[in-house]
Amino acid sequence: MSLFFIITALITMASAIAAMTLRNLVHCVLCLTVTFAGIALVFLQLGAEFIGFSQILVYIGAVSILMLFALLMTRGGTELTLKRWDPVHWITGTLIGIAGFGVMSFAIFNSSLRQSKIPEAKADSLHALGNSLLSQYVLPLEVMALLLTVALIGAALIALPEKNVFRKNASFSKNQESGNK
Amino acid sequence: MWFEELLIAIKHYLVLQMPGSLQPVGSAFLSCLPIMTSFGGLFALATLLERKMLGRIQNRYGPNRVGPGGLLQPVADGIKMLTKEDIVPKNADHLIHFLAPLGLLVSAMLGLSVIPFGHRLIALDIETGILFFFAVGAASELAIFMAGWGSRNKYALLGALRAIAQMISYEIPLILSALSVLMVVGSLSLSDVVQAQSGGIHTWHIFTPWGFLGCILFLISTLAEINRSPFDIPEAESELIAGHMTEYSGFKYALFFMAEGVAMFAMCALTATLFLGGYHAPFPILSFIPGPVWLFGKLTSLVLLFIWIRGTMPRLRADQLMEFAWKFMLPMSVVNLIAAGIWVALDGGVAAWISSGLLNFVAYFGWSRILSQASRFSPRTYRYAEEAGVSE
Repeated sequence: MSLFFIITALITMASAIAAMTLRNLVHCVLCLTVTFAGIALVFLQLGAEFIGFSQILVYIGAVSILMLFALLMTRGGTELTLKRWDPVHWITGTLIGIAGFGVMSFAIFNSSLRQSKIPEAKADSLHALGNSLLSQYVLPLEVMALLLTVALIGAALIALPEKNVFRKNASFSKNQESGNK
Repeated sequence: MWFEELLIAIKHYLVLQMPGSLQPVGSAFLSCLPIMTSFGGLFALATLLERKMLGRIQNRYGPNRVGPGGLLQPVADGIKMLTKEDIVPKNADHLIHFLAPLGLLVSAMLGLSVIPFGHRLIALDIETGILFFFAVGAASELAIFMAGWGSRNKYALLGALRAIAQMISYEIPLILSALSVLMVVGSLSLSDVVQAQSGGIHTWHIFTPWGFLGCILFLISTLAEINRSPFDIPEAESELIAGHMTEYSGFKYALFFMAEGVAMFAMCALTATLFLGGYHAPFPILSFIPGPVWLFGKLTSLVLLFIWIRGTMPRLRADQLMEFAWKFMLPMSVVNLIAAGIWVALDGGVAAWISSGLLNFVAYFGWSRILSQASRFSPRTYRYAEEAGVSE
């Protein structure tokens, strides 16, 4: 364990904890962004340049902005009004956390990845990555692309001006008024 | 070649003078130092150049009081900005308000580290250089949001949202048009991209059908990405208040401008690297002139082009801006990607020239004709203002 890894891990953990405990939701998202950056740094330390930079591009450049926009566009406001100590929330949260951790560790300990030796990073890893994405893993890639397209169309539908709901009525009544005058 | 070798030899000599444990840090420092100092200085000169040129376009003198011909104007500006009072709103989020200009400047500066300034003159020669460039550039959107939200000011927040919406929309054609070059070169490393254009002016990517359209799309998206005229809706000094910079004063305000300037240089350097042959001379005979001179020459001509555009073009309206990005830039960049694919498939002969050129030509004229027929020139319809009774 190198010094760099310890520093990265500490920053990542600290910002993740801050993202869960801070009261202001915008601060939470900004802390979560630091966590994303920390994860990207871990990828970079493992030699996965492409994945690390993609993590920065997608998560810091897009996902965090998306979360911030969603936060500002919805009605709740950015200040959290939950009670700080609510036993029901804490107990259910802890149970869900333990269950999630258990399932993931079970899956990791029983996976075949643990038996096989981790291959050395190849010099031409980028080409290998592209080739395997478009041959071996082409189906998951296409499914994800389809999912994203559906999400895009859905977002565009939501953002369409609601012509039939209230705008037409408003302009209609306005025209009528001016006509009457 | 000799100039680059000389610089590298000087750096090696200086690194060897340091104690052993400091050498990696010192080497990184010596790689960063020229970039930071030269682009800081270049930014100061560019502000003067911009004001002089805009003055010339608008038939006035521009700055001419400080120093010979106004040459010391940037120094005066810097001193003025430094001595101004730094006002932070009482209700502002102080930490975020403070971090925003720094984040913007850092993300702009980091992009310069993967630009090859000459043969082997590159601060960070990584396999995924261009991905790094766009990844750190994406962090600037977050910084703009921090500036807008941290000011605790409605106008600043709205300005930040406007700026982010614009940057996200234009990032797609920006990356797609850069992707066409990467597809043909077959590498994400910028030194490979430059190496592919080493044979003189006819090997430059701008002189291919896909490169020509890609370069124009890239330049237009660059203008939008760095919030320059005609896409300077985010700050629009004369109409809207300065957007996300509303609550900034003094040196923080200057930092925003510096970040904008450095981002402009970084994007221009990337344009020169991707499409204009990077640090290579247009003719092999001229290659005795050092590479950095060529790169900075290309960079400066692009900056001059941007100033010229700023002096000539009117500002776009926000809805026109979005429409242009999604209805014109995005389809054209996808078509350009297909054209680059045809080029790769046919391996760049006469057939590739004709087919990909024809595709781009037909797509450009056909699509712009369809769009111009579809757009009826009607007064703008207001969605929210109407109900408040503003349009009456």
